[in-house]
Amino acid sequence: MTVVTLVLYGLIGGGALLALVRLAMGPSLLDRVVATDTLLVIISAGLAVYAALERDPTVVPVLVVVSLLAFVGSVSIARYVGGMLRGSATGDGRDLGLPVAAEEREGGR
Amino acid sequence: MNATRSPLRLRHQLPLLAWLVLVWMLLWGTLSWANLLSGAAVALLVTLLLPLPHVVGGTRVRPLPLLAFLGHFVADLVVSGAQVAWLALRPGGRRLSAIVRVQLRTDSDLLLTMLAEALSLVPGSLVLDLDREERTITIHLLHVRDRAHVERERADVLVVEERLVRAFGSAQDVAALERGPVRPGPAVEGPAR
Amino acid sequence: MTAVVDVVAMACLLAGAFLCLTAGLGLVRFPDVLSRMHAGTKPQVLGVLLVMVGAAIRLEGWSNAWMLLLVAAFQLLTAPVSAHMISRVAYRRRHVRRDLLLVDEFDAPAPADRLYLGDEPGDAPPEDPAVAVAEHVVDEGPPAGAPRG
Repeated sequence: MTVVTLVLYGLIGGGALLALVRLAMGPSLLDRVVATDTLLVIISAGLAVYAALERDPTVVPVLVVVSLLAFVGSVSIARYVGGMLRGSATGDGRDLGLPVAAEEREGGR
Repeated sequence: MNATRSPLRLRHQLPLLAWLVLVWMLLWGTLSWANLLSGAAVALLVTLLLPLPHVVGGTRVRPLPLLAFLGHFVADLVVSGAQVAWLALRPGGRRLSAIVRVQLRTDSDLLLTMLAEALSLVPGSLVLDLDREERTITIHLLHVRDRAHVERERADVLVVEERLVRAFGSAQDVAALERGPVRPGPAVEGPAR
Repeated sequence: MTAVVDVVAMACLLAGAFLCLTAGLGLVRFPDVLSRMHAGTKPQVLGVLLVMVGAAIRLEGWSNAWMLLLVAAFQLLTAPVSAHMISRVAYRRRHVRRDLLLVDEFDAPAPADRLYLGDEPGDAPPEDPAVAVAEHVVDEGPPAGAPRG
């Protein structure tokens, strides 16, 4: 059993370490966003593995919070980077970096 | 704004309310009347304070095609998950990607959303853009070998669309599926929103 | 009986953890943002699902199982949304290795961002950095709402 435990933590830790490498290297902001997103998900997988191995359910609510935080974080950074784009100021405050709802587009461009 | 159509609104909001109550009960982890009532109260409060536009055009669920869709979806998830994992593991090699535009046949907001979600979840394809008027979806394919492979992936997208529409679409949507892709004219407009 | 269940749970956990490792590996090895997003967000979905199934089997309580189900559902619903938002911005910022694209049928609805910030891949299309920077400087002149070029 201890071998399985070691292998599990090794795999998760390796994944997290590689995500950290990309977070440190990543040439652009978006690389780092993707790396952070992946890192958070790997962390929540690690928490779930811990809960399963120790049969300890106290970390389960943390999983819910982490999975939602990862989403909110990456979406808000994507919005921020979209706002940085050149030509994103259209005058009416609409952000070109973001998908435009069909109702707003009015017959396409 | 749409206070005049409040009964209609309530009917459209009902699935959302049910989903919120379900999430509340799952979070508490126990099924009890107290949870049900407090969940309903919280759900009502949330929908009143943060109203969402209601979903246009209902769906009907057909159990057998739904099972087929879910089965294929899980199989796709596993197979392509393994493929992407192998791409990450295998040594060296120059990989080609592609950005492909696919002409879709369905014309329903809900179905298009579900299709985009399903395509994004399956590894190997990533939705870049969904053009609502032209009914085209733009996806990024992680690994393609040649043009024939691209065409195969394009056909795969249409197959996923067909399964999804057969599972959730109205009779009208299924008929549109059989008519094949029609470029919508500029005058065509959906029901007033 | 319990031994069999335990083996199944452990197999799920191992497969999920392995997919987490490949997610990290792909993140480091793939050439551009879009490919890295495939690596980061996709094996992660299947991996997290497997880990959650394994944990639900091991924890043996319905209340925990429901909460893990909720985590999995959130994961399935949110992963495509964030991936789409990031990939769209990535395409416009030209974080795409075009020499590795076989086909590009995406005529972007909005013009691609032309300003070089220095973090694009080395082969980003040469769109006259000097001109783009000059435009950038000129655009700063009028207040907000300069027509996009």
